[in-house]
Amino acid sequence: MRGRGRFLSVYAWLVYVFLYAPIAILVLFSFNRARQTAVWEGWTLEWYRSLAGNDLILASVKNSLIVGLASTAIATVIGTLVALALGRHALRGEGFTRSLLYLPVIIPEIVLGAALVTFYGVLSFHLSLWTVVIAHVVFCVSYVAIVVRARLSGFDRSLEEAALDLGARPLQTFWRVTLPLITPGIVAGALLSFTISIDDYVITSFVAGVGATTLPLQIYSMLKVGVTPEVNAVSSLLLALTVVLIVIAQRLQQAPVERGEMS
Amino acid sequence: MADRPPRPERTGVLLALPTWLTLGVFFLLPLAILFVISFGQRATYGGLKPIVDLGLYLRSGKFLANYARSLHPIYLQIFWRSIWMAVVTTLVCLVVSFPVAYYIAVAAPARRRNLLLGLVVVPFWTSFLIRTYAWMFILRTEGLVNRFLVGSGLTHGPLELLYNNFAVLIGLIYGELPFMILPLYASLEKLDLSLLEASADLGAARSSTFWRITVPMTMPGIVAGVILVFVPSLGQFIVSDLLGGAKTILAGNLIQNQFAVARNKPFGAAVAFELTAAVLLLLFAYALYTKRKGQDVLL
Repeated sequence: MRGRGRFLSVYAWLVYVFLYAPIAILVLFSFNRARQTAVWEGWTLEWYRSLAGNDLILASVKNSLIVGLASTAIATVIGTLVALALGRHALRGEGFTRSLLYLPVIIPEIVLGAALVTFYGVLSFHLSLWTVVIAHVVFCVSYVAIVVRARLSGFDRSLEEAALDLGARPLQTFWRVTLPLITPGIVAGALLSFTISIDDYVITSFVAGVGATTLPLQIYSMLKVGVTPEVNAVSSLLLALTVVLIVIAQRLQQAPVERGEMS
Repeated sequence: MADRPPRPERTGVLLALPTWLTLGVFFLLPLAILFVISFGQRATYGGLKPIVDLGLYLRSGKFLANYARSLHPIYLQIFWRSIWMAVVTTLVCLVVSFPVAYYIAVAAPARRRNLLLGLVVVPFWTSFLIRTYAWMFILRTEGLVNRFLVGSGLTHGPLELLYNNFAVLIGLIYGELPFMILPLYASLEKLDLSLLEASADLGAARSSTFWRITVPMTMPGIVAGVILVFVPSLGQFIVSDLLGGAKTILAGNLIQNQFAVARNKPFGAAVAFELTAAVLLLLFAYALYTKRKGQDVLL
């Protein structure tokens, strides 16, 4: 039995190495002095410095931040509201609403991108940064709704019922009991939504107008031309940012529902 | 302001309304338009050919031309490739993931469990593009693998490791692996270990305990993982575009090409709907399965 357990743990760690080694190599080589080859020639920060002077990349970072913040803000508000409707209210069309929230996550991204760009074309919408924001809201709402809904079902309604019994009005109960309890879920949903937004390539590539190049689009066009150390550097930065956001989101989702949080 | 509290049902509708509107206008409507366009014809310079006589157009059967065209052997070959690559990816992910999920859920020390799980969650959410690029970096002609092969004298010159089926499969398996491990873990975590002990006490061989207890008990996780890996693999675009060559075009690339390069939106729309239909069919089967098992779906 012990031998089998040892084998299993060695195997599991090998799979972890498979998951992380490619990313680790990419990050490591973003500090490599060599420009062309995979030969290690010593440490350098040159590629990060050259990013700071690359106007195309800086512009795309700015675009990505605008899109990420705007779409996350909108998706978080409406996603939280619909999660409340599903979790705390009698809702006509509940099944329909659930399916509606699932579909954008499930439908192949390429189909959603194609549908949106066709729709914009039919309406003669000028493709811009805002057409990207709308597209991102469409797929981010679902993630926020799913995370907040999970949080809502994670604590029982007796807390809210107690507040109502003690004479609090429904709105008061919402602000002082429900909202503080689901805040970790809302923040986690917002962080995930922001992560998905700044990472998205496929849908964005369909709906981005001229001058609305986001960071993934910029990275893609750079690596289509050729692998350069700058691509490694900018990819490493994006990875670092998303990892931080995910770890925070993960912790928030696991945060226990306790009295201490309510204050 | 209003003395009477709003009827609860009205509150629910008000809360859901922004989502209904947003997804109705910017999701369902675009899909409906795309569907209609899939029955149209391309004008000479891209765009849509106007239909003069709708009755005649329908009777002539021209509205199905895009779907008929998609049955041409050239395209069937692309669909076939998408399917078998998605199947291989799913099977490999399942076989590779099961012991890992089992380790995290059952065998690993409890204090390490959160860390082990977190290490799977992080790649689950990080950029697919960058994770695919990492393989491009490793497998390219001047990449690490080739440097090792040539440096150690195993091969005389660098091998062409990129731009073939093998590279695409590696990218797909690598990208989708976390999407298999997580649902398997969720099922294995709920596994009642005393059943396994009982089975062993009653003299069952390990393999028969595995096949007759562990696998059936974790079937919900297996099915969820298969769906979560198979569906995105089928509609994959980035991996085949970056790691594949001209001979590894998948359905996703075909759709993208019709919109971005060939400017034949009606045909692209028809292929997009064939893909969507396949995905929805699978999900419908999945919904029936979970309903029969009496489980709650995600929401």
